[in-house]
Amino acid sequence: MSRRPLIREVPPASWFFRHPRYLRYMAREVTSVFVGAYCVLLVIAMQRLAAGPIAWQEFLVALRSPVSIIFHLLAMAAAFYHAGTWFNATQKAMPLQIGENFVPGSYISGAHYLVWAVLSLVVLFFAGVF
Amino acid sequence: MKERLVQLDVLRYNPDTDTEAHFQRYEVMCQEEWVVLDALNKVKESIDPTLNYRWSCHMAVCGSCGMMINGEPKLSCHTFLRDYPGVIRVEPLTHFPVERDLVTAPDDFMEKLKRVKPYVIAKQKKPIEEGEYKQTPAQLMKFRQYSMCINCMLCYAACPEYGLTPHFVGPAALTLAHRYNLDSRDEGRKERMEVVATKEGVWECTFVGACSEVCPAQVDPASALQQLKIVGSIDWIVEHLLPGGKP
Ligand code: SF4
Ligand code: FES
Repeated sequence: MSRRPLIREVPPASWFFRHPRYLRYMAREVTSVFVGAYCVLLVIAMQRLAAGPIAWQEFLVALRSPVSIIFHLLAMAAAFYHAGTWFNATQKAMPLQIGENFVPGSYISGAHYLVWAVLSLVVLFFAGVF
Repeated sequence: MKERLVQLDVLRYNPDTDTEAHFQRYEVMCQEEWVVLDALNKVKESIDPTLNYRWSCHMAVCGSCGMMINGEPKLSCHTFLRDYPGVIRVEPLTHFPVERDLVTAPDDFMEKLKRVKPYVIAKQKKPIEEGEYKQTPAQLMKFRQYSMCINCMLCYAACPEYGLTPHFVGPAALTLAHRYNLDSRDEGRKERMEVVATKEGVWECTFVGACSEVCPAQVDPASALQQLKIVGSIDWIVEHLLPGGKP
């Protein structure tokens, strides 16, 4: 009897359509594009600020354009989703054992959400929202 | 007892005559509480004795009956017919070479298992008179979950990273490395990390998380891999950024 195993190739460009869980994974990865784009925007903001008051004012006007507002909404949704997947992962990456038992994972992820909420409030406070 | 005519589409491949695999439809009377493996056994007994597949324990312990059932990696002895009302598609585990029908070649996985040295490594053996190596319940709990692996390879079939880059050491082998690293009796962490903390090791993992979703033994390999990334990073910082640091 010959040994002639059959290799079934993985389609390199369409494998993530094979199962919904792969699509969820790809969605998470795609959110990082928006997070990255927002970081680029922050760099541009600093560059505009350094260029003087007129450049800064023009930049602020551009920020209020509909395209910019749509981008900000998309980037915020993407950042929320991305942060959520990250915080949910913390309970897997950083389990906490006390004696023989492990602290429930929801406490670990929950603590991260809590710190996130508090830090966001602090940032909003310094931004003069309250 | 309730019976049902079950339709199975089984992927067939005969290395002596075929150049490609093809689906074959079987229709077989099954009892409602049977699992897919029972249906395959009935097919083999009463319709087609040439059908090949692996199994042994029929109780989700030996890890040999893994196959794709409706596209999902499953233990066929643990997959109940009642959960599958329509035609059931049965294929060999993806990402592994198909030896014949539903039988895949596990050689690559076996080689990777060996590479991570999945056994307790003690620098100095204790003389027998000194007694056993003791471990507290807390020390045991630290790694117990990761010792539950039955080597079924479902996580490899689920992992797209392994499918796309076959040199990836993969979920179960890396998880076993972590299991022994966490063992209070073990001193082999450094040797294992040479395999683990590499591009082919844990850094090939992009945390798809599919391994943990399909694992029939609740091992949660994805968690072990994320922990190994932290361990590997700390080792790297200690070695490269701290003065006189050794991991
Ligand atoms: S980690 Fe789970 S899915 Fe992977 S081989 Fe072990 S038991 Fe099977
Ligand atoms: S036959 Fe042993 S795990 Fe299924």
